Amino acid sequence: MIAADRLPPGPSPGPRVRAVRDEFRGDLLEVSMGPHHPSTHGVFRMMATLDGETVVRLKPVFGYLHRNHEKIAEGVSYLASMPYTDRLDYLCSMSNNWAYALAVEKLAGQPVPERAEYLRVILAELTRLLNHTCLAGFLLQDSGASGTPLMYAFREREKILDLFESLSGSRMMCNYQRFGGCRVDATPAWLLAARVVAENYGRFLDEYEALLTGNEILMARTQGIGVLPGALAISAGITGPMLRAAGVPYDLRKVDGYGVYPRLEFRVPLGAHGDTYDRYLVRVLEMRESIEILRQAFRDIPAGPVMDPKARLRGLRPKPGEVYSRIEGPKGEIGFHLISEGGPNPYRYRVRPPSFINLTILEDLCLGHSIADAVVILGSIDIVLGEVDR
Amino acid sequence: METPEQIRDRLLARFPRAAVEVIANPGPAAQPSLLVDSSHARAIAEFLRDDPALGLDFCSNVTGVDWPARGYLEAVYHLFSIAQRHGPVILRLRTANRTDQVAVPSLTPVWRSCEFQEREAFDLFGLVFAGHPDLRRILMWDEFKDHPMRKDYVEPDDYEWEPTPHGDVLAKARRHFPAAAPAGEERRP
Repeated sequence: MIAADRLPPGPSPGPRVRAVRDEFRGDLLEVSMGPHHPSTHGVFRMMATLDGETVVRLKPVFGYLHRNHEKIAEGVSYLASMPYTDRLDYLCSMSNNWAYALAVEKLAGQPVPERAEYLRVILAELTRLLNHTCLAGFLLQDSGASGTPLMYAFREREKILDLFESLSGSRMMCNYQRFGGCRVDATPAWLLAARVVAENYGRFLDEYEALLTGNEILMARTQGIGVLPGALAISAGITGPMLRAAGVPYDLRKVDGYGVYPRLEFRVPLGAHGDTYDRYLVRVLEMRESIEILRQAFRDIPAGPVMDPKARLRGLRPKPGEVYSRIEGPKGEIGFHLISEGGPNPYRYRVRPPSFINLTILEDLCLGHSIADAVVILGSIDIVLGEVDR
Repeated sequence: METPEQIRDRLLARFPRAAVEVIANPGPAAQPSLLVDSSHARAIAEFLRDDPALGLDFCSNVTGVDWPARGYLEAVYHLFSIAQRHGPVILRLRTANRTDQVAVPSLTPVWRSCEFQEREAFDLFGLVFAGHPDLRRILMWDEFKDHPMRKDYVEPDDYEWEPTPHGDVLAKARRHFPAAAPAGEERRP
């Protein structure tokens, strides 16, 4: 117990729950949820004002994990930022690597060999499988299905992480892509092992969906909860599965056609209602399409080098200019905005973080629902605090 | 999609008193941008969003850039069209200086996606977005004073003793305890 005269100056931390008097609604309760709450997926806080159990106001508070990633990147060379991008969305380091490598390649006019493009697609789709599987596990964990779905998800995630480890040397912080290709080539044995994982993934999804998709409790907790209208989603810059669950057909793999995606056949699943259940189901359907993409990529991957022989990694000094480049990450549009002044490090380095921007409408989705539903809605947005706070 | 020059000409025909300029981008990416004066920015943004040929309904990225050598701050907006699947159209707004006239109009009323990103640019660059509904710090804590993404930002001197002082840490230690660690005398563990 700290004596009152020894408290730090400034506003007092205050109680975790306090009564608020509202002129119209009478007595409300302000609840500070987090930053150490298990359902907030990291150090994230929701200042929720409740009328009974109904949310009437909800302000997200974050920045607990802020380390000014952009400032660090402006002080080091282009290549030295690559490992830091792993730490943005630490579930999807391969996608982050690709987004950053693509931005620098556009800035410097650097081509990429064919085999590397296919390897990038394979790794990005494996990352998408991993992310969406875990998301479904977390979502169910948040809605009270303690343990089982998350353990199923982690069992499959482990298989993909083993692949990442044998290719890049690290399970989660892969640091694998380079400007002009990939760091090391995949061996035939690795490709075979990855193919086996991809081929078997459909069977796992069948099992997972038998457990979840028709589950009465999941439906009751998610259908009609947190409905996001398409027009609001576009205006608020929502991207990725959340946007498509709101019924907007916008997938950067189709729209921008980066990498070798124009050569691969896949469909873009859309939601009909924009509620939490749609956000779950769109992700499951996307995983089925990812398996299709992987099957084609393993079939078509050519032999050849994985690095452009003229690629410059150390001492890269792109000509003055700027670029904004984006890819379809598992959580949405992950983009990089780089400005070069001709020096060895970027003059301006900006990450367009999808989970940060997808949080914009958290309050809109939660209003009028109970506090227990707010937890499920947050789970369906799919945030990683390493990327939100940067 | 129309070129930036065509968009500029149409904007000037629609807003004769506005100042719109195309900023060339010499790099291989070839993404030129439109510099718009602050007093017309809001009207121009609404025009870009509602114009049927452009239809830039999706503001993807908002960020600040600090140019101490040129003496101003910039707010940069990357706009795309989801309906027509084109982009980016890049808008730039400039402040008069870096100290007391750092206000630019907020585009949050036009695109909701600017809400958190403008708060971030305010927090890290000190750009003041006039007309923003809720302009507070977002990543740094409320009591924080400076703007860390500015090029001339100086880290606070929050020195803590470390058991093996070397390099930067040793230099800092000397500033704090000149008697304990005289210059030129390195302590080795």
